[in-house]
Amino acid sequence: MRLGFHAPETAEEFAHLVAEAVDTRTPLEVMGRGTKREIGRPVGSGSVVSTERMVGVPLYEPSELVLVAQAGTPLRQIETMLAENEQGLPFEPVDLGPILGYGPGEATIGGVVATNISGSRRVIAGAARDYVLGVKAVNGRGEIIKAGGRVMKNVTGYDIGRLLAGSWGTLAIMTEISLKVLPAQREIRTLLCFGLPDPTGVEALCLAMDTPFEVSGTVHMHAGLAKGLSHPDISGAGVSVTAIRVENFPASARYRASRLKQALAAYGPALELDTTGSRAFWEEIRTLKMFQGTKAPLWRISTTPSGASKLVAGLARKIEVRALYDWSGGLVWLETPPLTDAGAVEVRRTIAELGGHATLIRAEASTRGAIDIFQPLDPPIMALTTKLKQAFDPAGILNPGRMYQGL
Amino acid sequence: MSLALPDPDRAVLARRDDIVKQLAKLVPDAILITDVEGRRTFETDALTAYRCLPLAVVLPSSTEEVSKILRFCHENHVKVVPRGAGTSLAGGALPLEDAIVLCLSRMTKVLAIDVATRTARVEAGITNTGVTQAVAAQGFFYAPDPSSQIACTLGGNVATNSGGAHCLKYGVTVNNVQGVRLVLMDGEIVDIGGEHLDSSGYDFLALIVGSEGQLGVVTEATVHLIKAPEGARPVLLGFDSTEAAASCVGAIIAAGIVPVAIEFMDRPAIHVCEHFVAAGYPLDVEALLIVEVEGSDDEIEYLLEKIEEIARDHNPATIRRSQNAEESALIWKGRKAAFGAIGQLSDYYCMDGVIPLSKLPKALDEIGWICRKYRFDVANIFHAGDGNLHPLILYNANDPLQLERAEQCGAEILKLCVELGGCLTGEHGVGIEKRELMYVQYSDADLEQQMRVKTVFDPEWLLNPGKVFPLEGRPSQ
Repeated sequence: MRLGFHAPETAEEFAHLVAEAVDTRTPLEVMGRGTKREIGRPVGSGSVVSTERMVGVPLYEPSELVLVAQAGTPLRQIETMLAENEQGLPFEPVDLGPILGYGPGEATIGGVVATNISGSRRVIAGAARDYVLGVKAVNGRGEIIKAGGRVMKNVTGYDIGRLLAGSWGTLAIMTEISLKVLPAQREIRTLLCFGLPDPTGVEALCLAMDTPFEVSGTVHMHAGLAKGLSHPDISGAGVSVTAIRVENFPASARYRASRLKQALAAYGPALELDTTGSRAFWEEIRTLKMFQGTKAPLWRISTTPSGASKLVAGLARKIEVRALYDWSGGLVWLETPPLTDAGAVEVRRTIAELGGHATLIRAEASTRGAIDIFQPLDPPIMALTTKLKQAFDPAGILNPGRMYQGL
Repeated sequence: MSLALPDPDRAVLARRDDIVKQLAKLVPDAILITDVEGRRTFETDALTAYRCLPLAVVLPSSTEEVSKILRFCHENHVKVVPRGAGTSLAGGALPLEDAIVLCLSRMTKVLAIDVATRTARVEAGITNTGVTQAVAAQGFFYAPDPSSQIACTLGGNVATNSGGAHCLKYGVTVNNVQGVRLVLMDGEIVDIGGEHLDSSGYDFLALIVGSEGQLGVVTEATVHLIKAPEGARPVLLGFDSTEAAASCVGAIIAAGIVPVAIEFMDRPAIHVCEHFVAAGYPLDVEALLIVEVEGSDDEIEYLLEKIEEIARDHNPATIRRSQNAEESALIWKGRKAAFGAIGQLSDYYCMDGVIPLSKLPKALDEIGWICRKYRFDVANIFHAGDGNLHPLILYNANDPLQLERAEQCGAEILKLCVELGGCLTGEHGVGIEKRELMYVQYSDADLEQQMRVKTVFDPEWLLNPGKVFPLEGRPSQ
């Protein structure tokens, strides 16, 4: 088949292209608009297949909370459409574009789902995969398959749609995705505490989660990272910043903020952001503003609130790190020095001790080719992973090697 | 009884005594039921029209025992039907003549509760309500709440991705389980997911939840806990037409309010439930919505006012807000007793199709018509917020002709759901019941892909076979 760049316009064309790639044993690098192309092991294939021309929203029913989008539809287009109806994507997808040298909002919905990268609201609302109702896709045999549908509940057969979420284009190429959406929050309040050491900061976040106020954002960041944000009281603080978000209709958001302030009195909440201020703050978290404008390696580590600060402290004893805790400590964004292995040895060793898993989100190509980007899997899970890959893509032509070497 | 069970493996039947003897030796501490009377207890689930005596029933008490049993069955080519409380309405736990029933109802322990990660690790045989009871003291609850929650097990909930009345806001099982300990058919024990919010690698958990016990046997689950709200209160909204009720549901959601539950009952269901519980439902309406919201008193007040304001645009016959906790409990008691109440009047066949919400009036119209065509009464009671319908076809189970007609009637209703853009099953699972209807919703390629996934986990198709996929067209075994 022709090497180079392919951007089919229909599922049938994708199916045809994949079938041809199977026949000619041509590996395909699968992507949307390529804003996350630098994550994962380099695929190094001669052919690139993109969903960027599969754009459009064939169905959006605000009163049913359902949106069906072609996989290549830019995230920005979907979010604008939802915002016009005062709705949104509940999982608040992290926009990785800006830290990887692309513009904000350029990612496609297919890429967001394929990488299952969820933002701060995940702590209460669930992940991208939780909002996938169904998909249409082309598997590695060049067959068009659909799974799930466009309704809220569905246990008709296996949940292939959610499986494809987070499979990084290695099992099938999604061409259309149905998503559950939710009403947007009208009023937002953010409480900020300053200068808390990591364990105390995470403790405050957990305490906030242990209230009935539906806390929807819980981050804690090192002083050096807070410096990169726009709000003068935050960037100028010179100490760590801990932020907690509540939302709802206006009277409720105010009520929740005041109750939380009482609950967190011991941690000294010193600043409260109103809706406008809160939107600006959380948008900067969502686009990881504090990690923009540098090329330093960046890890995304899944851990637990009880283990998070130990993990960061353990690493800090070995290498210089800067950390942003999200999900009340369940997630750590960790910047490491530009070592040849991006700190992988230390990160993996610490995780082996304390549990969790880490994905290298940003690193030089030479580093990405040389180390594991995704957390190495336990042998029995790796065996299932290999077999599952074969069940979808027996010829191994979809994003080969992107997640795991040889797969 | 129109659905056939797969032909039993004669070689296995012939070796029954030997298999039982070896099992007894293999897991001496497990309970092994081999006599006819004992096995009879397990011959069916809540789809009682179908019965089959299993080869034997074994009730293990640990993951290790489950592993030993599965390894033995794998080596001896014996089929296994996993079972929790046997409340499946789709025949998901129906035994096979040549299969062992592996019943997890003894594994009910709460293994850990972690307030910081807001998770609990429990054994799969614990009841759905048991999970919430275990964490209530810390102010938490487990969200999915199927109608059978007092009896059904968490393992069964995982198998069918159970929902319930309150899943409009909180999601279904797949959104509330973070990890499972899974025993594969060859006996290997694997941990999938766990206390972390994101999984690493492929999302196997998404595959396991809703796989109806066909990919492995779940022995433990790590569930996500939610902090209980400050309070909750329902309002009753009665309408003179189902159209008005349906458009009111759409309007509430479009206004940016996601109530924790929106339950729908039609006239027959209202009357039966009111007669049974005296919940205070209005009897002179065609459709009743129970809409519940949560929060502080002020928040509840605000939301209920909003909802009532929206309802008034839809010409309601009744608006009645619950005034106190006792009244709220009674309103829910009526709803939760619905299936039992109807069961006192007549046998019924409970369907589980899902439709897009905007098609609700058309769907109810057509369902009424289909049932009249088959000369059955029907009662509708379901979760309106998510379009998951539960038409109850009232029939006489002792009349085999009626049963067959009820099955045909049900199949027609499910086909209608798919035609309207929905699906065959929202929370009960495919089981044997809807197995042959899978082609209505899926193409050959869709189902072959799913079957290849089955083969990844269970190459010889020994785990809960004869369910989910049409009997014809399976990979040769």
